[in-house]
Amino acid sequence: MFGWEFPPHILGGLGTASYGLTRGMWQCGDMDITFVIPKPWGDEDRSFAHIIGASQVPVAWRDPSREYVESRIGNLMDPDLYFKLRSNIYADFNYMRTNDLGCIEFSGRYPDNLLEEINNYSIMAGVVARTLDFDIIHSHDWLTYPAGIHAKQVTGKPLVIHVHATDFDRSRGNVNPTVFGIEKDGMTHADHIITVSNLTRDTVINKYGIDPAKVTTVHNAVTPLSEELLNVNPPRAKEKVVTFLGRITMQKGPEYFVEAAAKVLRNNHNVRFVMAGSGDMMDKMILLAAERGIADRFHFPGFQKGKQVYEMLKASDVYIMPSVSEPFGISPLEAMQMGVPSIISKQSGCAEILTNVIKTDYWDIDAMADAINSIVTYPAMYEQLREDGLEEVNRITWDKAGQKVIDIYNKVLGR
Amino acid sequence: MKAICFYFQIHQPFRLKRYRFFDIGNDHYYYDDFANEDIVTRIARNSYIPAAESLLRMIEQSEGRFRCAISVTGVALEQFEQYVPEFIDILKKLAATGKVEFLAETYSHSLASLTDPDEFAEQVRLHDEKIQLIFGQKPTVLRNTELIYCDELAPQIYSMGYKAVITEGAKHILGWKSPNYVYSAADCPALKLLLKNSKLSDDISFRFSNADWDAYPLTADKYIDWIAQTPPEEQIVNLFMNLETFGELQHRDSGIFQFLEALPRFAAEKGIEFITPSDAVAKLKPVGELTVLHPISWADEARDTSAWLGNKLQREAFDKLYSVSERVRLCDDRRLKQDWNYLQASDHLFYMSTKHMADGDMHSHFSPYETPFQAFTNYMNVLADFIVRVEEQYPLSIENEELNSLLTTIRNQATEIETLNKEVNSMRKNIEHYNEEHLLREPKAEEPKKPGRKPRAKKADDAVEPKAAKKPGRKPRAKKTDTPAETPEA
Repeated sequence: MFGWEFPPHILGGLGTASYGLTRGMWQCGDMDITFVIPKPWGDEDRSFAHIIGASQVPVAWRDPSREYVESRIGNLMDPDLYFKLRSNIYADFNYMRTNDLGCIEFSGRYPDNLLEEINNYSIMAGVVARTLDFDIIHSHDWLTYPAGIHAKQVTGKPLVIHVHATDFDRSRGNVNPTVFGIEKDGMTHADHIITVSNLTRDTVINKYGIDPAKVTTVHNAVTPLSEELLNVNPPRAKEKVVTFLGRITMQKGPEYFVEAAAKVLRNNHNVRFVMAGSGDMMDKMILLAAERGIADRFHFPGFQKGKQVYEMLKASDVYIMPSVSEPFGISPLEAMQMGVPSIISKQSGCAEILTNVIKTDYWDIDAMADAINSIVTYPAMYEQLREDGLEEVNRITWDKAGQKVIDIYNKVLGR
Repeated sequence: MKAICFYFQIHQPFRLKRYRFFDIGNDHYYYDDFANEDIVTRIARNSYIPAAESLLRMIEQSEGRFRCAISVTGVALEQFEQYVPEFIDILKKLAATGKVEFLAETYSHSLASLTDPDEFAEQVRLHDEKIQLIFGQKPTVLRNTELIYCDELAPQIYSMGYKAVITEGAKHILGWKSPNYVYSAADCPALKLLLKNSKLSDDISFRFSNADWDAYPLTADKYIDWIAQTPPEEQIVNLFMNLETFGELQHRDSGIFQFLEALPRFAAEKGIEFITPSDAVAKLKPVGELTVLHPISWADEARDTSAWLGNKLQREAFDKLYSVSERVRLCDDRRLKQDWNYLQASDHLFYMSTKHMADGDMHSHFSPYETPFQAFTNYMNVLADFIVRVEEQYPLSIENEELNSLLTTIRNQATEIETLNKEVNSMRKNIEHYNEEHLLREPKAEEPKKPGRKPRAKKADDAVEPKAAKKPGRKPRAKKTDTPAETPEA
């Protein structure tokens, strides 16, 4: 499997989903999974998959001693594997910026030279594909499609790509042609395409012109939360708290949340609104909240990570995700796990599988305001959504999603 | 002799419009007139009118051997009056044949019986009045909302003057028993129970046009055969269904009307007659008592009240609604009372069900909302406004009992004032009367007045007047010195 993010060092939902799915497939048994990521930190959970860091894969010949390799990258990779990979270098990449071990350094993030990093990742993939023995290639999201295609061309093994999002979601329609090109290339070369929702499936079929028979939806799931996270005990505000958690970007529809908040506050003063996260629209949103005259009730605590996320959720009475276009959207499921009733837009992929949430159109700020009011005003509504939501989300497990992916593998392999 | 007891239910709620939180306190009109008119006229055209015409034809063609029972809720009648009065005319024709019995039920199709006996009685009374007014019949058999029944209700229903109740032949209540008999209520043996034969009723209302059903297609002779094949000692088959079954749940193209109209002919061939609920309880003896500890109904797979009160949302809405019922009964604002009737319709709670699978399909089929949460939010917003209006009538700080006694005092004051007024009037009349008399007598009294006799004394001794007239001269004089004992003589 080729991926870009892997917990605990994640930037968005991609890492969480890749992790959950891999683990879920492992739970189904009889799977030997190797997961390639750009830059491991050494604290990843390796119990269910071999993790290879692209930053530790040599693409140019160097001759370090075993001891040196051990001391340099021993915590990240078995030195034997390093030497095995080294013997499969297929071209001279000395002209590239490589380090003392002949490896290319990856940031593992989304830097400005992202396209270059994607290309390097694909070069590295050629070495990995020649070294390892496997049956099928699985690429998570567009960043790793070129690597997948490369691996397919080298080995002739079938390629499955996993579409976690498309550029149509990220850009509200103003597609970046380079990104579109990479995505389209990946979809064309893939033997099968997995999408995280029917919404995304439609995009793939209609916007990228892919044969529907080749595209299957496997909805995401959630990993059960640990006791520690479930029992966080943050201070509760006197007022009811409505929370938005996520990147503050065009895709997430933050302005609709601000407008809905303004409507709610016109009649109900016992509510506070929180927009946690960061993003290119944050300043605009602060300005908008001030313009609407609700800045005293509308808060921007900034980017939350790790445990903070769960504390934030625990302290909330309503979770809201007004995304304009959300391929899946795992965060409402996490909110439900924490027992927080959620309001999501109908334009989110997770709306396809959730019933104990309130769904509104992202632009329907009246309905959104009404839903917020209803949950904070009527205790029965809160309790009903909370309890049934908890029960519902606990049934959405990764092993079921994993089994579906395994079925797709078997189909592709003709077994 | 076997008999079929047909009963058809007609109900349409006043559906609510999209009522926002911001409307609370500002907008006091709650109903989606467009949707209501649209749905009511559509269903009337597709189903109610043709079905009622079929019944009319069946009665005519069978020369009165076909009979059945119908119940129409008050809120449905109100909508028919507004949108399709022609349907009421057909119902009147059915009533005029004398072969159709109208049953009692709650005016609003409400669940009042489950929480508020006073409101339940009031609802049934309102409905009876309306039926009497339109169809000239006084119902004697009760059909509670959605066939809800339990032992607790029996004594009240009996004391309200009904001979029988029709309810669901729920499997978990009957056990090995058959619904094809008349039973009596456990807590009140004088009250009889007619139980719906679920299998045969649902064959028509739910399975009739289902091509996957092994008995498909269902024909009238086959159906009557099934009834004829029931054990000979079972005397009555109760087929209770929604009138919407004909033409709406089962489409006209499925041949449901032809099926219905063919029934009397095949029944006659097999010697099966038709009977109305009140005839059934008059003719047939109950075979035993039936204990129903928890309320049953004809809805959903569970046949209990979980269709309306199955989750927290529904409970909350239900409790909130009936928390003001006493207040509403105390007041006499007509619009408030009207809204009270419309908001009580159990349908609003039905839309809030979070059940899944087959039951869930049934709920969402009837619901104008996309999700139960939307249904709840909308209803609660309306209810919030309604409660504000109730509170405006009487301040919330006064307890119901206190308010009641205050109101009684006020009402009593009115009657008191009235009686006092009457008294004043009659006294005034007395005075006038006296004055008149006095005036008349004045000339007569003139003569005795000369001796200076007091007028008061005169009345008592009218007869002795001549005598007294001679005496007076002495008396006043004597009075000064005489003992008081002398005065009565005068």
